[in-house]
Amino acid sequence: MDLEFDVVELGPADHPEEGETAPDFTRPLVNDEFWEDVALSELVARDGDPTVLLFHPMDGAFPATYIWNEIRNREWHEDATVVGLSISTPYAHKKLIEERKLGDDYELYADPGNGVARKYGIENDLDGMAGIEEPRPAVFVLDSDRTVEYAWVASEWPDFPDYDTVEVAFR
Amino acid sequence: MSNTDITLYRLQACPFCERVVRRLDEYDLDYESRFVEPMHSDRDVVKRLSGKRTVPAIVDDETGVTMSESANIVDYLDRTYGGEA
Repeated sequence: MDLEFDVVELGPADHPEEGETAPDFTRPLVNDEFWEDVALSELVARDGDPTVLLFHPMDGAFPATYIWNEIRNREWHEDATVVGLSISTPYAHKKLIEERKLGDDYELYADPGNGVARKYGIENDLDGMAGIEEPRPAVFVLDSDRTVEYAWVASEWPDFPDYDTVEVAFR
Repeated sequence: MSNTDITLYRLQACPFCERVVRRLDEYDLDYESRFVEPMHSDRDVVKRLSGKRTVPAIVDDETGVTMSESANIVDYLDRTYGGEA
């Protein structure tokens, strides 16, 4: 973003790098009709497509809205299994799927305890919201063995993925 | 855990669903939980499977049975798996 002042620096994150294996986890995976516990290792092996694992701010925050509008308009689901993750509950994810018109093209992991972000080394303590932390915005493109083919983690706040670069990684 | 292939469609905090869970646990049956909409009219996934929008509903791939109503389900579990307990 081009602003006339310095945005908040988050500092370096100790996250899985390209070529490494992304940590496995199981969380409720929400689609437009129900949710059930699904392991990431199951999800990446579902079909031959690469998986885009997208960490974003809680549902309802404007970055979540912007990011999903952009991804839907770019039709990432045509070439990848695209899955979101935020600290929002399954109920909030259902609402997001409905409001962003994601249909059955996209699914979202619910992780209110933020344990996945901690496993990935990308937790972000939220200033002014006592007791709440969430993931930094981050994108990992994974192959069917969870090998990281592309990794981006925000180093300032707020920040957005470079959609064109992510696309190059899976298209 | 018995090697069964049961999917339970349930609603969080629904006592009828918990009744079925209790029986599944009693017989040590393995099952997957799928949580659905609180809003009855939005539960199309259950309707497609069982013909009704009510939960609980189970799909037992082992026996090919799909069923709703907790009393029916509990009876079914007793009949099918009760002997092994």
